[in-house]
Amino acid sequence: MVKNNEKKKISGAQAVVKCLIAEGVDLIFGYPGGAIMPVYDALYDVEEELKHVLTRHEQGAVHAAQGYARATGKVGVCIATSGPGATNLITGIADAQVDSTPLVCITGQVAAHLLGSDAFQETDVIGISMPVTKWNFQVTNAQEIPFALAKAFFIARSGKPGPVLVDITKDAQFEPFHFNYTTFTGMRSYLPIPKFNKGMCEKVIEQINEAERPLILFGQGVILGNAESEFKDFIEKSGIPSAWTILGLSALDSDHYLNVGMLGMHGNYAPNKLTNECDLLIAIGMRFDDRVTGNLEKYAKQAQIVHIEIDEAEINKNVFANYPLIGDVKEILPYLTAHIEARTHPEWLQQFRELEKEEIEAVIYQELNPVVDQLSMGEVLNLINEVSDNKNVIVSDVGQHQMITCRYAKFKASKSSITSGGLGTMGFCLPAAIGAKMGEPNKEVIAIVGDGGFQMTLQELGTIFQFKTAVKIILLNNEFLGMVRQWQELFFDKRYASTTMINPDFQTIVAGYGIETNKVKQRKYLKGAIKTMLDFEGPYFLEVMVGKENNVFPMVATGDSVADIRLK
Amino acid sequence: MYKLKEKYTISVFTEDVVGILNRVTIIFTRRKINIESIAAGESELDGIYRYTIVITECEENVIKIIKQLEKQVEVIKAVYHLDNDVVFQEIALYKVKTSVLASGGKAENIVRAHNARVLTVETAFTVLEKTGHKEETQSLFEELKPFGILEFVRSGRVAITKPMKTLASIVEAMEKETESQDNISNLFNLK
Repeated sequence: MVKNNEKKKISGAQAVVKCLIAEGVDLIFGYPGGAIMPVYDALYDVEEELKHVLTRHEQGAVHAAQGYARATGKVGVCIATSGPGATNLITGIADAQVDSTPLVCITGQVAAHLLGSDAFQETDVIGISMPVTKWNFQVTNAQEIPFALAKAFFIARSGKPGPVLVDITKDAQFEPFHFNYTTFTGMRSYLPIPKFNKGMCEKVIEQINEAERPLILFGQGVILGNAESEFKDFIEKSGIPSAWTILGLSALDSDHYLNVGMLGMHGNYAPNKLTNECDLLIAIGMRFDDRVTGNLEKYAKQAQIVHIEIDEAEINKNVFANYPLIGDVKEILPYLTAHIEARTHPEWLQQFRELEKEEIEAVIYQELNPVVDQLSMGEVLNLINEVSDNKNVIVSDVGQHQMITCRYAKFKASKSSITSGGLGTMGFCLPAAIGAKMGEPNKEVIAIVGDGGFQMTLQELGTIFQFKTAVKIILLNNEFLGMVRQWQELFFDKRYASTTMINPDFQTIVAGYGIETNKVKQRKYLKGAIKTMLDFEGPYFLEVMVGKENNVFPMVATGDSVADIRLK
Repeated sequence: MYKLKEKYTISVFTEDVVGILNRVTIIFTRRKINIESIAAGESELDGIYRYTIVITECEENVIKIIKQLEKQVEVIKAVYHLDNDVVFQEIALYKVKTSVLASGGKAENIVRAHNARVLTVETAFTVLEKTGHKEETQSLFEELKPFGILEFVRSGRVAITKPMKTLASIVEAMEKETESQDNISNLFNLK
């Protein structure tokens, strides 16, 4: 006879599902396999509450979870089996770690008694993922599941967000136990949001009030901290020109009068040049990545530096901060705004405008209005701006088209630029766009991808087909691995080693997935084709043949100072 | 610019969880910093482990490492000290033929001069113990070498810091600040 309390027991796998639902998850991405089958079996019972999206590769699942998290601000969840399933997640986890994306990754593992025996599909995913996760944990008995997952969600989303991985042995998934779920509220060894130092704020306020040529650099911290409006209030009262990192893009309206453009290697001319002329540099929620700073020995040496950042490990890591402010940007910025003087910096802003004019004349005008027959990537982006309301979520891959997208796409809403920044993961775009569209079904999601990156994850067209995910895909095809080719042209004597792409007929491939397609080679058809794509209900693939050997400029070459940014 | 590299003792206090040692060492290996010695064990507080790690680096990099260590979710605290600010000790064990010590005079004098302890005497071998700084245990090693050393082992450095703030007070403050659910952390220690 089964005892009464035996009946109340559920399996570890059922507990996993209950935990996800308790954390408010309604959509997960994954791929089944032997060691995670009990969890899939449990998912089968809750299809209505907790939808599972079957991607075509585990890398697709993790990038989709990233795209979902970046578009919605919620934790992305993906699941995979042990061994190859788990290792296929690693690229996406590493990407999420460096780009601070909240993810909970759940992997199946061989039964506990087989750990370390080189069992079928056993791999030490805890060991492999340790350097690229914010936290990870191996569950070997069912009782640990609620606590492990509660802690996982807490850690993934709190403080500076990041990916966590919970590895669950198959026997723990089968094991019956008494389930009880409590959300996690804190642990003594981890302080997600340090309290900011008001004394330091006073000094910063004094610096801001006295600065003649202040410059703000903002990153994704503004978006992750939900502080877009606090940020806008701060810059508007202080009147300080503000430049963004690639991950900070869309935190501030592209057309805001204080938005002076993109920082870094392929960023705008003015903010790079004037980084080395400002007297006060205020970095907000950014980490002075080498693609932003160029040569550190020649970076903003003339300026006093304020660094507002939630992660103390970023302070003085790359650039010495005279005034470090560690804490939540959503608390710090309003405090500063309340205490600074309202100012404008017309002459200083004018310097940006003048350099911007130079960049328009030397680079931007030609990019957007080419005199040659070949299409440019820039004009495609420009037309998207023209025919849409600029409230699209634009997901880009990695390479030339990414730089062009970030340079030229216009944004009116936050969380609408999604790209792999820190890790530079080719193949990110297509699955991330799927995740973004599933997370924000009412927004137009446009994937902008190159012919190289597209072929790294194009199996996810199968996911689009199965789930009828209405993403709009623009393939900017230059039949080259364009960014590497550009470097070969500039720094390797045009020796185009393995960058020529002999491509298949993408139209046929995409059509095979039942997705509406179009291909444009001539300018006169481009605008109409983009309109048709955006008006189409359902997934759409637009291939645009662009100039094969176009380069992205301006450029800060490796080892150069940001002030030495070249226009050609 | 040349940056002076010095010997630093890093003390890391962590929760008692599987894998935390790996997380700690990754911080060093990723930056290609050689760990010269490492000693791990429980601290004076239940459930808190203490790692004593010795590296030779410039202070600027040591500070960056400390921050990366403290960034780890299950690291409670990490501190660094120069040799002047810690009381430290290592232990070394030496296995020599008993006949060497029994043959009268010289080897015995060396053992006496170094204040080494005899841990065990077997017919075939004797195990000596010497605690001290590395130079001291090394010096005994060098002097015994001509007589033949069958086996030698030296522990990592263990160190007590001179500053007086106690671990208990640090942990107490952190528990207050983080609304810690230590009842739950403890459940991870299901053995």
